[in-house]
This record gives sequence, structure tokens and C-alpha cells, in this order.
Amino acid sequence: MSIRPKREQDIEKMWAAGQIVGEVLVRVGRMLEPGIRTADLDAEALRIMQERGGRALFYGQPHPRGGRTYPGNICVSVNEELVHGIPGDRRIADGDVVSVDVGVEKDGWCGDAARTFIVGEVGPKVRRLVETTAEALATARREARAGVLWSAVAGQMEAVVTEAGFSVVREYVGHGIGRTMWEEPRVPNYVGRSMMRDDFLLVENMTFAVEPMVNLGRRNVRETDDGWTVVTVDGRPCAHFEDTMVVRRDGCEPLTRWAERDTGG
Amino acid sequence: MAKDVIRLEGTVTEALPNAMFRVELENGHKVLAHVSGRMRMHFIRILPGDQVTVELSPYDLSKGRIVYRTG
Repeated sequence: MSIRPKREQDIEKMWAAGQIVGEVLVRVGRMLEPGIRTADLDAEALRIMQERGGRALFYGQPHPRGGRTYPGNICVSVNEELVHGIPGDRRIADGDVVSVDVGVEKDGWCGDAARTFIVGEVGPKVRRLVETTAEALATARREARAGVLWSAVAGQMEAVVTEAGFSVVREYVGHGIGRTMWEEPRVPNYVGRSMMRDDFLLVENMTFAVEPMVNLGRRNVRETDDGWTVVTVDGRPCAHFEDTMVVRRDGCEPLTRWAERDTGG
Repeated sequence: MAKDVIRLEGTVTEALPNAMFRVELENGHKVLAHVSGRMRMHFIRILPGDQVTVELSPYDLSKGRIVYRTG
């Protein structure tokens, strides 16, 4: 599989797009409290993106299997919703687990990242679910570097999740990213038979979005009738963390963490 | 935003002429699938009951391509 590394000046532009993504995640995360509508989060996210000269990357994104284009500016997925939740009139409640996914294009280059936030009090198992998913992303950041096969990294991410007793989602994967959001290769968070054939070598200065998606219960997910929102089949909570990263010789450098203030995770 | 892999697991229910197969997917859908060129090249036999990985066409969700025999 051919994965072309990016030039340093292009990585610089992806960092600029990534900084807007990171800022939106921090600011939207601070707004989360019981009673707020998910559409309010979406509106504020759009305002910040535009103020910083960025464009909402998700808006109008074609459906991968031919459905309607994505109608929101960001994705807000609550509790059993894993990814691609469309912002609307839903109000956040105490004890919700809220995943916010943000994509920005600026000057022709893209950034894409997600965080799962806990609103109010949740049980210890749900808290551990969110921590474990963040830990899976941190594992990728530590272990992925030039010269390493992706399957070696994915195997360690998967181990973090399964050892904690949770399951890795297989139907959705991370992806290469650059001038467009979805580029080659596909970047799964698990090692499977098909994965071993699609395996790829991490090369210096390639950019990709790593995004572990973890379910508290069974791994199976399905798409809802709105055509986009992906939920767990068993209805139990799930979590999603993502960063756009550039592969370096000694590790990975995230481009979507707001330099002003790190969100952690 | 996560990328949809579009690949699904399924079970072969019927072998049809011309290396076509009827496959029942994990999600209950039934699709008509042909065998990917690479699998034909390596003479991988597919029989009813086999577990396979199917890549669906984004244009016609009732048609697919068997990319691996998993079971």
C-alpha cells in the first residue's frame, strides 16, 4: 500500500487546522452541563471555527454508502451513541457520557479529533470505560513511530481494551488524513485476519487519524434510521477518543491538541 | 469522524454458477457476491456454510465481493 509522507510545510498547515479542532474540543467540553442542547454545542463550534478561518469539515460529507450528506458541523454522540451523532434538540442530562468529534479544514488541509466527556456522576465502570479508551489512544501515540508495522500498534491498543474487559469496535476505523478527511490507509484499532493483509508500515511524516472506539458491552454496533448515528446494539455506553497525528522517528506528534491548554486524555 | 469499513462478515448460503454466491450477512441482509480476483488466482474454494468477509458496493448494497474466507 502506498502511503505518501507529507512535506514539512504541509504538516505545518495541518497543525494550524488541528489547533482549531483542539480549541473547539476544549471550549465545547467546558459547555457540557445538564440541560444544554446538542445543537447549542454545534452552533458554538461553528462560531469558533469560522472566527479562526476554518471550515466545518463534517458538514455536507457524503455518506459512505450513499445516504444523505452529514447535516451537522460536529458530531455529538451520547451514551449508547458511538459516533456520528447529529446535533439537535436533545438535552444533555446528568450522568451522560458525551463524545464530541470535530473536523476542520483550513487552507486546504484537514484536522480531525474526538473526546468523550463525562457529565456529572457516573458509575465506576463507565468511568473506567472512558479512561481505558483514552489510554488506548495514548498507547498509539507512544508506540507508533517510523519503521513500525501498524498491526503491532493496533495489537497493543486492543490489549489495553480487552484486558480492561471492554470490546473494540470493528465496523469503524481510523484513517489517513491530509487534503481530505478520508485518505488511505484504513487504520483499525484491532488485529484481525483482514487487518494482517491490509497492514502497513508507518513512515516518517505520514499523517493519520487514530481513533479507538470502545464499547462497555458487546462490540456490535448498528446505524440508526437517521442514516448517520451509530449506536451499540446492546444499548450500553461506549467511548471514542481521536487525534490527528504525524509519525516521527521516535513517536507520534498529535496535531489536534490545543497548545493553549491540553485537554488531557 | 470514523471511516466506515463497509466490510461485513457473512455466511455463504448458496453457490451459484459463474463463481457467484448468495451470502447472508451478520446483520441479516442477503447479498449476491462474486469472488475477488485475488481469491480466484489462489484457487480458494468457497462452499456453502463458509464464513466470508464481503465488501459491499457503495452503489448497490445488494451486491458484494468476497475478499476473504474467514472460517
